[in-house]
Amino acid sequence: MQRRKKLEGIVLVLAALHGVVLGAGFFAPYDTAAQNRALPFAHPTRLHFADARRKIHLRPFFYPWVPRAGVYGEYEENRSRPCPVRFFVKGTPYRIAGWLPARLHLFGADEPARIFLLGSDGYGRDLFSRVLYGGQISLLAGLLATGISIGLGLLLGALAGFYGGWLDEILMRGAELFLALPWLYLLFAIRAFLPLQISPAQAFLLLIVVIGGIGWARPARLVRGVVLSARERDYVKAARGFGASDIYLLRRHVLPQTFGLLLTQAAILVPQYILAEVTLSFLGLGVSEPVPSWGNMLANLQHYDVLASYWWMYLPGLLLVLFFLGYSALASALHERVGAVII
Amino acid sequence: MRYFARRLLHGVFLLFGVSVLSFLFASLAPGSFFDEMRMNPQISPQTVAALRAQFGLDQPLPVRYVLWLQSVLHGELGFSFAYNSPAAPLLFVRARNTLALTASATLLAWLIAIPVGVWTAARKGSSADRVTSASTAVMLGVPDLLLALGLLLLAVRTGWFPTGGMVSPSFEAMRFGQKVKDVAAHLALPVVALLAGTLPVLVRHVRAAMIEVLDSTFIRAARGHGIPRQRLLFRYALPAAANPLISLFGFSVGTLLSASLLIEVVMSWPGLGPLFLEAILARDLYLVIGGVMLSTLFLLAGNFLSDVLLYIGDPRIRAQ
Repeated sequence: MQRRKKLEGIVLVLAALHGVVLGAGFFAPYDTAAQNRALPFAHPTRLHFADARRKIHLRPFFYPWVPRAGVYGEYEENRSRPCPVRFFVKGTPYRIAGWLPARLHLFGADEPARIFLLGSDGYGRDLFSRVLYGGQISLLAGLLATGISIGLGLLLGALAGFYGGWLDEILMRGAELFLALPWLYLLFAIRAFLPLQISPAQAFLLLIVVIGGIGWARPARLVRGVVLSARERDYVKAARGFGASDIYLLRRHVLPQTFGLLLTQAAILVPQYILAEVTLSFLGLGVSEPVPSWGNMLANLQHYDVLASYWWMYLPGLLLVLFFLGYSALASALHERVGAVII
Repeated sequence: MRYFARRLLHGVFLLFGVSVLSFLFASLAPGSFFDEMRMNPQISPQTVAALRAQFGLDQPLPVRYVLWLQSVLHGELGFSFAYNSPAAPLLFVRARNTLALTASATLLAWLIAIPVGVWTAARKGSSADRVTSASTAVMLGVPDLLLALGLLLLAVRTGWFPTGGMVSPSFEAMRFGQKVKDVAAHLALPVVALLAGTLPVLVRHVRAAMIEVLDSTFIRAARGHGIPRQRLLFRYALPAAANPLISLFGFSVGTLLSASLLIEVVMSWPGLGPLFLEAILARDLYLVIGGVMLSTLFLLAGNFLSDVLLYIGDPRIRAQ
């Protein structure tokens, strides 16, 4: 009972995290491409509750950054102009799930003041907005690539396990080959042999296919193992005796047994594949500017001055850590649960 | 002996398969190193064609593969267009550095993981055990890319560690002792970054393997005989738990190589990683293939080593 509650809690937290990223348009105050050339590398905005006369306000407010006179890249609060944080404001238009147009944002500030919850980057773009939108790219890449890996693994593993013979032999030798390579080297090598200068959309599709495609071997081996033992069960033999077709047997009796295993495998693969996208984009082999992804946002840190002077450029990484912790907790909870059911 | 021969043969087959696979992918690749030359109006198309012919790129795929195999037998591993030299010497220098990094990380990781794993397994359920498993979970949650960046920030802010490279500019003038110290200082941060990725996995496996053994009857019997706890854990239980751990050692080489590729690039450690990335961006075909082959070779060497250790450690395998 307690174990079940734990699993439900983890799923709930993960769903909430995904919801925030999915609803980036609502939660983010600005568009990802909106630049503020007068405010490059601005600190995260400081939220205040008490004003200069020590009066406490329920509504948080902030003092907009103004460049410090005579120094480049340093800011101070403009104390003469407090700006309240507005909630449920009308702002930049966006589309819910890429389809339904909307203008409502969770929070914002009166123009022309800018609220940068996590600071701004070199073009004065709001990092908080970019991190949420970037998460859409990175998460989608991880989830879709996992779908491809699991799908391929299910198909090939089922074929190898169910039919056996030369097909099994070939597929498993292939799987061994793929598992023998250090997978990041493999990923890079295959990426190396694909075009370098492509649009972000093409790059995204390419990434998903490559990352997902080279990961088929492990799920395939797992599925094959389960199918091998399931196909010899008495009830499967009985169903076969009654004249059930192969497709029916696989769909009805054999493949459902792989379900728990594949779910656990998926919870392990998703963060790994998110990281793969992040790594490739970080090194300039994936999704490129101006489209934000967690990888190309972190790529700014490869410049020495950014690394040394602007600590808030690390903050996109914190969201990544949250997702990682969530998924690894999910994987171990599933493992406990499924392990108890299957064996 | 037949056991080893079979493992070796298997490794050779795998290497062969990997090389065929990389050549297939490489032949499907659009663009080549000479594309940029073609854009350059100062270089005539004849020159480009002549260059391609010189490197054998105008030949069909099987011929190119055989040519490449010949150069492997000569110990050249193909030719790097960008460096205008055989690929092997370039790769070997870098591979040595990667090996230095990964070997020290592996050694350190096991030296820490075994005592910690044994210790937490012996005190299963205690608060120390729970703190350890919570911290391994957190360590698993921090991707090594972020960790490497964080460590770089630490180095930049505090100045305690050098911020990249393998040696200081004044390395040549140093005495031997200073040289060792210099390399060790440069090695520290990449090793820590690698450790953070591998250590939690190892600790968990050591703990799990030990718990299984500690539950068994022969340990209970030994305990009944009044054998001291320390001796019981390390002389009786640990060797019995070693089998899956040795397999894990072989398996972990691959993960370590992948992690090291990234950390080398971020921390500018002059290993295979940065060379490999550079070769990808320049479309330096044979250097890329050489990088893949070398990393596979490392992995197979790791697996072979673990096979040998299993053979020495487990009499059941010897009997087969």
